[in-house]
Amino acid sequence: MATRTVFQEHPEIAKLFPDLHPPFAKQAAVIESDRCLNCFDAPCTSACPTHIDVPKFIKKIASGNVKGSALSILDANVLAASCSRVCPVEVLCEGACVMHRYNKQPIAIARLQRHAMDAFHASGGKLVRRVEEDRTEKIACLGAGPASLAAAAELKQRGFQVTVFDKRPLPGGLNTYGVAEYKLPTADSLREIKLIAELGVEFRFGAEVKDETALTELEKEFDFIFLGVGLGAMHKLEMPGGDHPAVVDALKFIEDYKLGLTTKISGTVVVVGAGNTAIDAANAAKRLGAQDVRILYRRTEDHISAFDFEYEHAKQEGVRFHWLTQPVAVHASSVGVTSVECVTMEIAGDGSLNQVEGSNFQIECDMVIPAIGQSPLVEFLSRCRDLKVEKGRIVVDRATGQTTNPKYFAGGDCVNGGREVVDAVADGKRSGVAIASLLEAAHA
Amino acid sequence: MPNKKPDISVDFAGIKSPNPFWLASAPPTNCGEQIMRAFDAGWGGAVWKTIGAQVTNVSSRYSSIDWNGQRMMGLNNIELISDRPIEVNLREITEVKKRYPKHAVIASLMVESTRKAWHTVVQQAEDAGADGLELNFGCPHGMSERGMGAAVGQVPEYAEMITAWVKEKARTPVIVKLTPNISDIRVVARAAKRGGADALSAINTINSITSIDLDTFTPRPNVGGKSSHGGYCGPAVKPIALNMVQQVMSDPEAALPMSGIGGVATWRDAAEFILLGSGTVQVCTAAMHYGYRIVEDMIDGLENWMIEKGFDTIEAFRGRSLEKVTEWKHLDLNYKIVARIEESKCIGCDLCYTACWDGAHQCIHLDRVTGPIDGHVELHEKPVEVEAASMSRIAVTPIPKLDPPSNGHHGPFATPLARIPRVDETECVGCNLCSLVCPVEDCITMVEVDTGLPSQTWEERGADSLVGKSG
Repeated sequence: MATRTVFQEHPEIAKLFPDLHPPFAKQAAVIESDRCLNCFDAPCTSACPTHIDVPKFIKKIASGNVKGSALSILDANVLAASCSRVCPVEVLCEGACVMHRYNKQPIAIARLQRHAMDAFHASGGKLVRRVEEDRTEKIACLGAGPASLAAAAELKQRGFQVTVFDKRPLPGGLNTYGVAEYKLPTADSLREIKLIAELGVEFRFGAEVKDETALTELEKEFDFIFLGVGLGAMHKLEMPGGDHPAVVDALKFIEDYKLGLTTKISGTVVVVGAGNTAIDAANAAKRLGAQDVRILYRRTEDHISAFDFEYEHAKQEGVRFHWLTQPVAVHASSVGVTSVECVTMEIAGDGSLNQVEGSNFQIECDMVIPAIGQSPLVEFLSRCRDLKVEKGRIVVDRATGQTTNPKYFAGGDCVNGGREVVDAVADGKRSGVAIASLLEAAHA
Repeated sequence: MPNKKPDISVDFAGIKSPNPFWLASAPPTNCGEQIMRAFDAGWGGAVWKTIGAQVTNVSSRYSSIDWNGQRMMGLNNIELISDRPIEVNLREITEVKKRYPKHAVIASLMVESTRKAWHTVVQQAEDAGADGLELNFGCPHGMSERGMGAAVGQVPEYAEMITAWVKEKARTPVIVKLTPNISDIRVVARAAKRGGADALSAINTINSITSIDLDTFTPRPNVGGKSSHGGYCGPAVKPIALNMVQQVMSDPEAALPMSGIGGVATWRDAAEFILLGSGTVQVCTAAMHYGYRIVEDMIDGLENWMIEKGFDTIEAFRGRSLEKVTEWKHLDLNYKIVARIEESKCIGCDLCYTACWDGAHQCIHLDRVTGPIDGHVELHEKPVEVEAASMSRIAVTPIPKLDPPSNGHHGPFATPLARIPRVDETECVGCNLCSLVCPVEDCITMVEVDTGLPSQTWEERGADSLVGKSG
């Protein structure tokens, strides 16, 4: 198997980014499992985009059937190990737990799921095929992120021939390269993907499909093409000095430390933007040694797109926030970045945002990390293959993920504009099921 | 004076005790040093770990049943009677009585089934100063293989005969401890009474195999790769014990002063045994689990409850519930209750819904949004359809920036209306199941509804030749 799924974490990074939520000990997991009420038609299950049967897997932990627990989780969500670490469960399963209305702590669903998955991996558990027979039809999945992996696994489990293409050397997309290490270490992301590779999914790395000829070739070889290509590069700081080498976008910054290419920084770091990725980058900068880390945001804390718990976490890590602050230029000397020039913003009565005249000021810093979103990658597809795209997102049938070009399916960030891993997995799985149904119907 | 401390001292068949809480004959009463510490903690009496010919015990001896994260819901033991020399036990009885003259010290006895052996041990125990004797006719393991313990308690003639032998000699009250491992406990209770027993205690432990190690296939407790059935006790056995105490105490041919035993762990348990006629209660498992200190709340809680209910003495409420236990044929067939769900308390777990559909009479429905329908099962969406609808719904992570806030149909309560079940009172049989599974206190209550019919029992209906016809 050519898939690189073994990765050694840099020891310095391992030390700086220990588990944010350490795993349960076995007995603690059983006690927590026993606390679950075992709701009928459980709200946690409904809230999960992949509809993991939460009470079912929790009661299997309680009964000591941890293997059955893990398999029931994987049946719904093949990336359940990473989801248990990265899901914003406060707004998903745990947020839906009925215990909230009972003045009790919600069940620690994510940690229980991790308990089951850790035990599964430790015991050498394998993914199971849904059908034993191999089929000849071939499906290509573009991008090796969560959406494609979920689609690929579902199709392979049903016997189809699946090839995953990615331009990078490691599979997993943002799961491998872009999640804060204290939530999901790169090595753990790869460990989970190894099981998908072992099912027989083929991976082709360093393979970027970027022109029409390549697409034509793909269409000849494959019956269906699933697009799980994500969002593409991060937005640049469009301002004087925004292209200085010490201006590093958040995803690149996170990737570099996760791969051990950056293990130490110092001085003052300015992060621009207040989404979850901005928070991940700011926290990482702090842990890597920056004395002072500041997040600049042009609106106020009421408008940030980061989840509340992420915002709270950043404050605990010591990150400072500058509200109503818009950078307008990055200044540098021969040594490096020296400051970010900012203006103060004001929100008018109608909600519009305006610069305050003459409010320019400088924040001295050594590094600037823009985290202002990713730009859509799908333009060329829409151009040459008649895929309908709206606001940079591929338009699909929600139930199947089929695009306006029936040979193409799509899911994940390129469809939903950038949500969570679990949303991408749900999209990929729905497409996998839909493609399989089409092919099975064609043969029936 | 509503707050006057009640008098909880008891005179149990002539045995005086400062309170009704005794330690049962078991490891907590193995030696004098333990019993004196127990008395210091507040126990009113102690039944000494059974005295008889010295035995050798095995290792290990206990196993337990855990339930839902709680340890030792039930405890099982294969320990025999005291493995200390009889002289040591007798000497310590004397010492304890000298230092704690107002506490009750009962000698539990078990010897081979001869008149001489029983006469000897009775004499020895009374000479040592015991306030009373408890005849161990109940130990279900080991001793029974040697013709003692349950081997006596399971044969009414033996029980009567040995009780009579003991009574020939005894000057102190004689309590016969009954085994539950018999089809009708009243038969042996009557035999003991015929034999002249002054009192009874019930129940001894229940024959049990608690669990099997699924790796070694050996039941627990494991003694060198083998096990043996043991005696089961602890909270799990209380309902069985209460029933047996009630059976004996409601039977004029069997009823005697009763020392209630079986899963007593709190003052509430004690109050229940006393309400069914017990004059004292005996405790073992709870003291083994948490230590002698538990008696403090047993006393405090019982006193507070007695003050609240206006009872000055134990006798004021002893046996009060006996008249409320009757045969099924005397129950009113026209009494009707139905379940009511308090919407503001419902947390939406819907356990009542699934319980009613699978375990009861299919009369709780999730139809508050679609509109209520009363009537038979065919009219309603079934659980499997409810679940399938949820699983086919597409859910996404809510992200404020991407999702405009929705004004979905939530309803006036904390729980979305769609998840608050509704009881079809026209179909509800008033079985209680939903109120039992509901995790929220006072959320589901059972409410009496007037059927407009006069009280009628099965017996009365039978007398009117109405058996088999529905009303």
